Amino acid sequence: MRILVCVKRVPAPGSKINITADGTAVDTTNLGFTVSPHEECAVEAAVQLIEGHGGDATVLTLGAVEAGEQLRYAVSVGIQRAVLLPTAGEEWDPQRTARAITSAIRQMESADGPFDAILFGNESADSGGFQVGIRVAHALGRPMVNGAKGLSIDDGIARVQREADAGRETYELPLPAVIGVKEGINLPRYPTMRGRLASKKVEVASIDPADATSGPMAGAVTGPTTIALRPPPERTSETVILGTGPDAAVAVVDVLDEIGVL
Amino acid sequence: MAPVANRTVLAVVEHDRGTVAPTTFEALTVARTVSDRVDALTIGATADAIAGDLAAYGVASVHQVHDDVLTDYGPEAWGEVVAHAVRALAPDVVMASGTDRGNEVLAQAAARLDLPFAANCTELRTGGGDGGGDGDGVEVTRIRWGGSLLEDATLPGGITIVTIAPHAVEAGPAATPGAAEPVPFTVRLDRSLGRSVVRGRVEREAGVTLATAPVVVGGGRGVGSAEAFAPLEELAAELGGVVGCSRAVTNNGWRNHADQVGQTGTRIAPEVYFACGISGAIQHWVGAMASKHIIAVNTDRQANIVTRAGYAVIGDLHEVVPAITAEIRRRRRD
Repeated sequence: MRILVCVKRVPAPGSKINITADGTAVDTTNLGFTVSPHEECAVEAAVQLIEGHGGDATVLTLGAVEAGEQLRYAVSVGIQRAVLLPTAGEEWDPQRTARAITSAIRQMESADGPFDAILFGNESADSGGFQVGIRVAHALGRPMVNGAKGLSIDDGIARVQREADAGRETYELPLPAVIGVKEGINLPRYPTMRGRLASKKVEVASIDPADATSGPMAGAVTGPTTIALRPPPERTSETVILGTGPDAAVAVVDVLDEIGVL
Repeated sequence: MAPVANRTVLAVVEHDRGTVAPTTFEALTVARTVSDRVDALTIGATADAIAGDLAAYGVASVHQVHDDVLTDYGPEAWGEVVAHAVRALAPDVVMASGTDRGNEVLAQAAARLDLPFAANCTELRTGGGDGGGDGDGVEVTRIRWGGSLLEDATLPGGITIVTIAPHAVEAGPAATPGAAEPVPFTVRLDRSLGRSVVRGRVEREAGVTLATAPVVVGGGRGVGSAEAFAPLEELAAELGGVVGCSRAVTNNGWRNHADQVGQTGTRIAPEVYFACGISGAIQHWVGAMASKHIIAVNTDRQANIVTRAGYAVIGDLHEVVPAITAEIRRRRRD
C-alpha cells in the first residue's frame, strides 16, 4: 500500500501569537513550530496503515526550507519518505497551494505509481481554510471526506467514521481516496531512538512548486488576500470572585439560580 | 455593511435528513446584512419541509433539489449541487454556516468553480478588493488560529463564497418575513457522486451533547486523573449538562477526545460553563468563549481563565465541585 500524508508547519498551538509591526503577518521570531494537531494524527494514521498492510508512506509539505523539520518529525515516527515543495516562506493562498500539491502528486505518481490513500488534516491550525485537501481531491478526481475520526482500509475501500450531531457516520470511499483526518482518531506516538536516527538520515526530496503556479493557471482568480491580522476584542470581564474554597458554593448556586439553570 | 438592493445571496441550508442545523439561521441573519434579496438552497427531498422555517428569516425563494443520489448527506454530491446552483442562479454571495458540513460543502463547490472560499467569517463588508473601500470585491473578517486571531481580508470581485463562523452572531428573525417560495431546481447528478454519501450511522444515544448542553462542566489538568472526574459528572448530571475537558486531559488519556472543548475539539455555547482546574490556554478558550456565563474554579487567581470568566471561585476543585453539587441538592430538598 502507498500512502501520502500532507502536513503544514505551523506555530505550536497554545503559543502566544504576536503580530508584525505592519499588522499583516505573524511575528514568528520567538515561536515554536509543529505540524497542525489534526495532521499529527494524519501522520499517525498513515503509519498505522503501513504497519497493518505493508508498503510505504510519504510525507509532503509546501513551505520554507525550515519545514524540513516537520518532515523529519514525521519520519521519526515511522514515515519512510519526505518531499518538500520549497517556497520563500511567504503565505500561499489555498488555491495556489492545492495546485502545487496536485502537480507534485501527479509527478510522484507517474514515477512510482498511484497512492492508495492521501491523508490531510481536517484544517490547518493557523489559517483554518478547510479546503486544500478538498481542492486536491477534486483536481485528482478522487472521493474525499473530511473530519475522519476512524479509518480502516480493506478490499479497495476506505471506511471512514465521522462524528455528526445525530451520531457516528460511516463512509465507504473506493480507492484511491483522499481523507481529511481529525484529532481524536488516534493518539500520535512519540519518536523512537531508531526513528530519530532515520529522520536524520532521510533524504528530503524536493519538487519545485513554481511550475504548477506559473503558466496558464497563474492568472486564475485567487484569494483571499490578507489586509490585517489582529487579536479578537478581549472579553473584558470584571471577574466576580464568589469566594474561596467550598464555602463559595452558596454564592455559586445563587448565581445559577439567577441565570435560571437550576 | 448596508444591504445592497441588486445583490443576491444564496444561502445553502444545512440539514440532517430534514432536520435543519440551527446555525443555518445565524448564517441567514448575516445574509440579510449583505443583501435585501436572500434565497435559499435545500438539498434532497427530505429538506422540502424546511422551507416553512425559512420565511421568518427573510428568505424569498427556496430552491429545492431532488435526486436519487441525495438520499443522505454526501460532500461531493452536495458540493456539485451548489456548484450547479451558482452557475444557474449567478448569486453575488454564496453562504453557509461554518460547521463541519458547511465548510466541506462550500469547499467542494469552490473547488468545482475554481473560486476562492473564505471559511468562518464573522463579518462581510462591501467595497473591498482595492483597499480603497469602493472596489467591487468583498472584505471579510474571518477567524484564524481557531479564533485566537482575526483576519481582515479581501476577496476578489465576482462570486463570493463564505461560511459564517458558528455563534459569531445570534440568529434573529427578519423584520419582514420572506415568501420562502419553493422553486424546484433541477440538476443531473452523475451517479458516481454517490461514492462519498453517508453509508450508515450509529445514532447517538438520546440526551444532550457537548455542543447543545445548557450546562457544561469542564475539567483540565488540575482534575488530576480519569477517576477524579466523577464529581464533575455528578454536578453535570444534577444540572442536566455534560462534562467537557481540555486538551491536556485527552492527551493524558483521562477522557475521550469527544469530550474535548477547544480549537481542535468542540466549540460550545452553553448558558453556563464551569471551568474547573483549567488554566485557559488560547486553544481551549476559543472553544469555550461563546459560553454565556463562565464560572471558573481554580486555585490560581491569576489563571487566564479566571481573569476572563464572569465568575470565579478560588479554591481546590476537588472540594469546591462536590460542595456546589451538595448545595444544589440541599436547595432542591428544602
